[in-house]
Amino acid sequence: MSAPLLDVSGLETQFPTRDGVVRAVNGVSFTVNRGEILGLVGESGSGKSVTGFSLIGLVDAPGRIAAGSVKLDGRDIVGLPNDELRAIRGKRISMVFQDPSMTLNPVLTVGDQMLLALRAHERISAGDGRRRCVAALEQVGIPDPGRRLDSYPHQFSGGMRQRVAIAIALLHKPDLVIADEPTTALDVSIQAQILTEMKALARDTGTAMIWISHDLATVSSMADRIAVMYAGRIVESGPTATVLRDPRHPYTRGLLDSLPAIAQAGEDLASIPGTTPSLLKLPPGCPFAPRCPRAQPVCANEPPLAVEGDRTFLCHFPLGVRA
Amino acid sequence: MLGFLIQRILQAALVVLAMSALVFAGVFAIGNPIDVLISPDATQDIRAATIAKYGFDRPLWEQYFTFLGRALHGDFGQSFVYNMPVGRLILSRLPATLELTLAAVLGATLLGVPLGMYAGYRPQSRFSKAVMALSILGFSVPTFWVGLVLIFAFAVNLGWLPAGGRGATAPLFGVEWSFLTADGLQHMILPAINLALFKFALMIRLARAGTREAMLTDTVKFARAAGLSERTVLLRHVLRLIAIPLVTVFGLEFGSTLAFAVVTETIFSWPGLGKLIIDSITSLDRPVMVAYLMLVALFFIVINLAVDLSYAALDPRMRKGRA
Ligand SMILES: Nc1ncnc2c1ncn2[C@@H]1O[C@H](COP(=O)(O)OP(=O)(O)O)[C@@H](O)[C@H]1O
Ligand SMILES: [Mg+2]
Repeated sequence: MSAPLLDVSGLETQFPTRDGVVRAVNGVSFTVNRGEILGLVGESGSGKSVTGFSLIGLVDAPGRIAAGSVKLDGRDIVGLPNDELRAIRGKRISMVFQDPSMTLNPVLTVGDQMLLALRAHERISAGDGRRRCVAALEQVGIPDPGRRLDSYPHQFSGGMRQRVAIAIALLHKPDLVIADEPTTALDVSIQAQILTEMKALARDTGTAMIWISHDLATVSSMADRIAVMYAGRIVESGPTATVLRDPRHPYTRGLLDSLPAIAQAGEDLASIPGTTPSLLKLPPGCPFAPRCPRAQPVCANEPPLAVEGDRTFLCHFPLGVRA
Repeated sequence: MLGFLIQRILQAALVVLAMSALVFAGVFAIGNPIDVLISPDATQDIRAATIAKYGFDRPLWEQYFTFLGRALHGDFGQSFVYNMPVGRLILSRLPATLELTLAAVLGATLLGVPLGMYAGYRPQSRFSKAVMALSILGFSVPTFWVGLVLIFAFAVNLGWLPAGGRGATAPLFGVEWSFLTADGLQHMILPAINLALFKFALMIRLARAGTREAMLTDTVKFARAAGLSERTVLLRHVLRLIAIPLVTVFGLEFGSTLAFAVVTETIFSWPGLGKLIIDSITSLDRPVMVAYLMLVALFFIVINLAVDLSYAALDPRMRKGRA
């Protein structure tokens, strides 16, 4: 197998605050191969977005990457000078955010915004730029793109706005798109459409994707592999089908049990008891232990990282494994 | 658009009309101008003749309608003090105030907005803190005091700049302007700085607050994630996002300075409208006061209209009737 496109190893991103250091990303490792879709799933606040921003060097001040490496085609991009990072952003790795009505600039035409994004990496005439933008809008299924270029974001529907954002992210044919909950703010019917289209787009263009969502159902319909995140760590990862069929980590099991499609009709959805721990005062050892039905005293020690073929998990008492 | 304009012009006419009635009644209440018009030892006959000549013996409403009828034909009466038509008197003073105000407001904006944006972009830098200290100074030091200090320092002590008057002027469009001659420009510098200081502080504050807020938006994050340079983000995205409050304050400050540059004009003996209105109040020059206050109302109406129109230009969401 060829070297992965992206190799993240031991990534730690922290925010110093008045109350202490928030360890938002706490030793995360994963790889993404060319053309692959990796799903990153976990409850809100588990550090998914911060992970995404860390990859392109856009952690909000005063946060910083405290440790670890992010290798893009073998080259570590953590701590690169800002102009070198800027040359990567949008060109090799681009990002799509949750709410398209917040990401697009309301007072610039869609065409102007796309042209700014184009010119961030290329010298291009207005005419050629326009043609590129029209093609990009067409690619994401926006009807009458030539005319729509002169429209403002508020003249688009939510789904169409997100398509514009996706078109901007794809302008430079990046190797990797980080999609941070790109359908969460949309209507359910439009969500499904965009999911299907983005999956097809990724396949057709050979773009790899990190698909971030708090919703296991969405992720599982998109991703080739999934990584389950909890309190700043990846607690389980592996091929989507395997992990869903046969989860190893009790937290993954809990997420699965709270999916409506899996619970029997008439039965209450089993939600995971308790709440996510504060990242300021993480318990020693496994952060999920206080909520875990299988927890034992030993869980106060660091859980070992188990590797089982193409899957990994971080648990003292994994499910479905004979001790 | 045309309907909007017509509606606004009708509104404006109504406001000016109401203003004229209020001012007319108000000025009538201030005092009887007959005592300034004739010397105290004039005979009863002269007194009666003068009263009849100006129509002071008529009821107030009749005087008002006579005034209104003439005003509609552009005749605002004779100044009691200057013995010339009020319209011509005001027009002869307007250019002096106009050029001083424009210099002050434009200078404050062109300097204050970039400084404020920088202070919002890098709030922690030493330079930004110095800028903010300067703006606090601009807010808290009274205009007359700054004017006196300026004169004392630059005119009296250093002898670099003249202390008062308009200096040499040159004609343009049949009106005399100071900014067209080197001497006139020198004369403008100190009063313009005096007038500009508060507006400069205001623009810094506004631009800083807007920029700080805008830098946290997803719009800026998304633009950065697309690889835009910080410069492009600031100039193309942030400046457009914060433009509306800046334009609003620009308009308000422009209008109020045009109307009430009294203190500065008095300190620097600048022969503008502010000095004219103060003089006319002390001498109970009734026609000047009435016409002047109506003109002020008109200023604000025109400026408000210009601000509204620029809103539509700056923010597409405010354009009505266009989908
Ligand atoms: N700018 C910041 N300052 C302090 N803490 C932050 C900041 N941004 C994120 N965090 C913290 O990092 C944690 C992870 O956030 P995030 O990655 O946004 O979660 P997710 O995307 O999984 O919902 C949260 O607990 C959040 O409070
Ligand atoms: Mg998030």
